Amino acid sequence: MAIKPPNLRESEVWKSIFRPGSIYRKGYKDTSRDRALATMNNVLWHLHPTKVKRHGLKLTYTFCLGGLSFFLFVLLTVTGIFLMFFYRPMADIGGAQAYTDMQTIRTSVFFGDLVRNLHRWGAHLMVLSVTLHMARVFYTGAYKPPREFNWVVGVVLLFLTLGLSFTGYLLPWDQLAIWAVTVGTSLAGYSPFIAKQANFLLLGGAIVSPNTLLRWYVLHVLALPFVLVLFLAVHFWRIRKDGGISGPL
Amino acid sequence: MTWEETNKDMGAYQQALDAQSSSGVDSRVAEGRARRAAVRAYRNEHPEEDAAHAAEARTAAPAGAAVPAAAAAAPAAAAAAGNGGAVAVAAAAPISAAVREAPLPTGNIPTPKKGAPDKHRLLAIVPPEGIQRVEREQGDRVHTWPHLLLEEFIAMAILFAGLLVFSSLINAPLRELANPNLTPNPSKAPWYFLGLQELLRYFHPMVAGIVIPTFILVGLAAVPYVDRNPSIKPGDRKVAITLFTILFMFGAVLTIIGSFFRGPGYNWIWPWTQGVFFEL
Repeated sequence: MAIKPPNLRESEVWKSIFRPGSIYRKGYKDTSRDRALATMNNVLWHLHPTKVKRHGLKLTYTFCLGGLSFFLFVLLTVTGIFLMFFYRPMADIGGAQAYTDMQTIRTSVFFGDLVRNLHRWGAHLMVLSVTLHMARVFYTGAYKPPREFNWVVGVVLLFLTLGLSFTGYLLPWDQLAIWAVTVGTSLAGYSPFIAKQANFLLLGGAIVSPNTLLRWYVLHVLALPFVLVLFLAVHFWRIRKDGGISGPL
Repeated sequence: MTWEETNKDMGAYQQALDAQSSSGVDSRVAEGRARRAAVRAYRNEHPEEDAAHAAEARTAAPAGAAVPAAAAAAPAAAAAAGNGGAVAVAAAAPISAAVREAPLPTGNIPTPKKGAPDKHRLLAIVPPEGIQRVEREQGDRVHTWPHLLLEEFIAMAILFAGLLVFSSLINAPLRELANPNLTPNPSKAPWYFLGLQELLRYFHPMVAGIVIPTFILVGLAAVPYVDRNPSIKPGDRKVAITLFTILFMFGAVLTIIGSFFRGPGYNWIWPWTQGVFFEL
């Protein structure tokens, strides 16, 4: 007597999870309609319109730089959350908890070293990819009407990316971190007007100190990512509202 | 104002009706288009009446704010009447809006009539000229799934694989514990600020640290508002492309110098003889 195995893809639970048009749903056909639904009925793919200009697929037009920057941001968020479990932003005299936590991550945490490497190298790569993305957009003239405002949003995103990278640079609390940050912040410390006060506010004192570490930690893990996500949402939304990918040249 | 009362050019009406009918359009649509043509032809011949109409609207308009809009719209309507239908209709609209007085909002929620069936009826009769036809060029488009999404997935996978291999092989630096009393030599900012640090060698700190970074950020944000050249063809944008490339290369060269050609005391070195003083 043969027992017919229940078909998982026909079950009510399966059908409730995957909306019509999902490629995982039974009955997906490679038709125009289902292809459109596959994009439209997915929360993430829905960032895209259902159809895009053919020339936008050409690798040498976009080099995928914007998409890869976004991917790096997601990767940095995931690896960053992992690192947060093992890191305390404290550096009081006598016990620099931040630094010893870094050592623990490198030596005792399962995959800790790899995740930290991914986070650090990914961060440098993101600064690079965002910069190159800006250059690509310039060379294809993609900032021209109606996309002027989205270019401005992009400049803000570049600035936020630099801010995230720079605030993260301090967190290991080693010699490299505090002196790079000391030099970096002193670059902007010569203004006759408000830079002194701004620097004081940013550093939580006259020099890079444990106060700075806590401030920059909060900026790095919460404040700046929050602002960046807001601008990212506007950036993606405007791409679609402004007519999708620019060009062709 | 009913159709009978409207001033119109019946010659143009007949002409348009014949033209529409012979091209095989539905008779009701043809009639509507002919009416539109008749009214337009009349307005074209008598622009002074439009102005008078606007003046009338000016006196009749109860709200002061609506007056300039109506006055401004009248000549525009007369001028645009010959060109496109949508423009003329849109421009003429404020006139009637100024004449008609909308009731003030009461804030009361309307109650349904007794015995009324519990359903909506939405029906409107719209003249053919009231329908705006949006015709967008479909262009050469492909489905996002699978074409674009597959490409993005492959790019992402390759990047992730490369980063994973790189991270497994090369450890991120972790130096000794921070010591505020021991300045390393040289002390360098993170690499993306090394161009600015390099500028500090040549300019007053005020210029290198404040003026130039501000100029770069504000200048970048202003690019689309300064460059009003509508073309995206590289051939038409020689000045813009040259300027951007020079500035970009300038930044890149400064960053590379700051990264690899500066050693102890932030003095000039050759990386192949004195070594590299650069950390990521």
